Amino acid sequence: MANTLKKVSSSQLIIPLFALFLVIVFNLIRDVSFFSVSVIQNNYGNWVLSGNVISILHGASELAVLAIAMTLVTSATKGQDISVGALAAIAGSVFVRTLRGNEITMQLILFGFLAACLVAVIFALFTGMLVSFFNIQPMIASLILFTAGRPIAYWINGGATPTVESPLLNNIGSFIPGIPIPSPILIVIAFGILVALILRFTNLGLYTQAVGINESAARLNGINAVFIKLLAFVILGICAAIAGSINVCRIGLINHETILIDIEMDAILAVAIGGNALSGGKFKLAGSVIGAYIIQALTITLYAMKVSSTAVKAYKAIVIIAIVVLGSPVVQKFFLQLKNKILNKATTITETN
Amino acid sequence: MTKLSLKESLPRLLKKKPGEAVSSTSLLLTITICSFIVMYLLAMLIWGGGFLNPQQFFDIFNNNSYLIVISCGLTVVMIAAGIDISVGGMIALVTMTCVVYLEDHTGSVLGSVLIALAMGLTVGVIQGFLISYLQIQPFIVTLGGMFFAKGMTTIVSSAPRTITNTAFLALKDARIVIPGLGTYGKTGNFIPVRIEPGVIIAFAIVLLIWAMCKWTRFGRNLYAVGGNSQSALMLGINVKKTKFFSYVLCGLLSGIAAYIYLLHTGAGNASNATSSEIQAIASSIIGGTLLTGGVGSVIGSLFGVLSLKTISNIVVASGLREPYWQSITTGLMLCFFILLQSIILKIRKNKGIGT
Repeated sequence: MANTLKKVSSSQLIIPLFALFLVIVFNLIRDVSFFSVSVIQNNYGNWVLSGNVISILHGASELAVLAIAMTLVTSATKGQDISVGALAAIAGSVFVRTLRGNEITMQLILFGFLAACLVAVIFALFTGMLVSFFNIQPMIASLILFTAGRPIAYWINGGATPTVESPLLNNIGSFIPGIPIPSPILIVIAFGILVALILRFTNLGLYTQAVGINESAARLNGINAVFIKLLAFVILGICAAIAGSINVCRIGLINHETILIDIEMDAILAVAIGGNALSGGKFKLAGSVIGAYIIQALTITLYAMKVSSTAVKAYKAIVIIAIVVLGSPVVQKFFLQLKNKILNKATTITETN
Repeated sequence: MTKLSLKESLPRLLKKKPGEAVSSTSLLLTITICSFIVMYLLAMLIWGGGFLNPQQFFDIFNNNSYLIVISCGLTVVMIAAGIDISVGGMIALVTMTCVVYLEDHTGSVLGSVLIALAMGLTVGVIQGFLISYLQIQPFIVTLGGMFFAKGMTTIVSSAPRTITNTAFLALKDARIVIPGLGTYGKTGNFIPVRIEPGVIIAFAIVLLIWAMCKWTRFGRNLYAVGGNSQSALMLGINVKKTKFFSYVLCGLLSGIAAYIYLLHTGAGNASNATSSEIQAIASSIIGGTLLTGGVGSVIGSLFGVLSLKTISNIVVASGLREPYWQSITTGLMLCFFILLQSIILKIRKNKGIGT
């Protein structure tokens, strides 16, 4: 029993789970009806699930996908890519560009998504090349795309904010008729399972961590560090394409200025809240995904408390700082010492008795 | 680490004496300054017009003196191997608070200056404490700072505000005439170059920080801590204290920058100085500061700001008026300088020349 307790408390997942627990308890105390899930009929006549929990899971879809990619990049390169939002904007623009003006069929959507993937991967590889061949810090390397990415997205669609409309896109962005769960949630689950399977049955996870922990040691062991780093960026490109496409399907248009704005910051936060070190090395994907849902849960909670959408950031910042302060090594050491002190006192008392 | 002045490093660089080490700081600084001068001369030759007008040159300072100040702050933090992305949000928060104080509470100009400094200092102290003493990653802490500042700005006032305080407006409209420089207008009268008071403050800060980095113990400690915090610790340098004060300084400078911004625009707006932290980081990088720490100079950051803004002017002058061209050229320029630095450092590393 004590052993399992120790195992749990030393696990990387303790921070995100504890944070999630706090958010849930806070909401339980504040208003139990926050968790109510009801079945309602939407505008298209489908019976669908509705409620805060569903909107948290639904709204965090893009963030969860990007958090997965950000974790891999963080682990392999010891740095963060701050251009994921811009990358998603580019991918979304390519997606819209292929759909616009054509009759939208399932094949075309698939083709558009593949095109978006291809373009996003090329741009991600550009950053990846700078990182792996020139040993430039990822944050600096992605600063280039961060400044130029959204303008490129604007240029792809020749200005304006083009709209695309089709029941097929609605199916992907909101609900498939007959299934009460929002499709983005299903997409994230499918993608999560795919990534988990890849990590389970290939050496990708092991090699990525090896490169992140000690690059020269990994190279001496025959791991192609450059290739692993590039692979992390390829996955980043694909994830950005998924996030961008989901977002386009959800809102039916693309605005290069506002699509997934500030999501890079949220994605990095998700990685940090997930208990992963931002200095690379070991990672837990589950932690990052939970981190993404914590961030969205916080946002929805604040909305439910009637905080205006622009002021949400301030409260979010306070909560996040509190979480990282609790998770910081110095504070944890302090708590450990405190615990030992109390326990020692207790034992000395029993001994004297 | 031998630090050489520009005067000494240039001839040594050209002569390439074997075994003579030029510090990376001086080398990268030299490249930045030279490329800026070449860029501006080319712009003068090709597009002429506005580039020959001294007022346009000094307008770069007038419009961006706040950027120069926060670039200085970021350079100091980056030399100590940290990062601070809260500065842009801080400018928005401080300007908004000062405007509300001046307008709704009929405050004095001195009071608003003190508020700006105190707010900058407070945020700097909190962030510095969290980063250096609690060992939380600087990116996360300052990201929290940025979110907090941006959110608080809209809580202080969600609508844009303009200042009508007469004492402040008098200060805002004050201009300093540079004697001897200027152009002749269409009617033949001499129009002298005018600069805003903020420019003087910015220059004073650049010189102060430059002197601090060069001649004070704290300045040298910054380079030591950023270069290798382990060996700095072994040399008996208080690493935590040095990092702490670098963030305090950066916070204070963001307060000053906010006031300069207010003096320039005279309005509080939640979108004030959006993404200026990225521009400041870009300026520092172009100016030869490495994010890995230990290398950099505020003079370089000054020229970084100048280069960034000159490129914008060139883009406009060459007829690419769509706003997205500015961002794309900024990205390309960043790419160029980042690659250049990386290649130079790689060659030097292979030759065994240290930082």
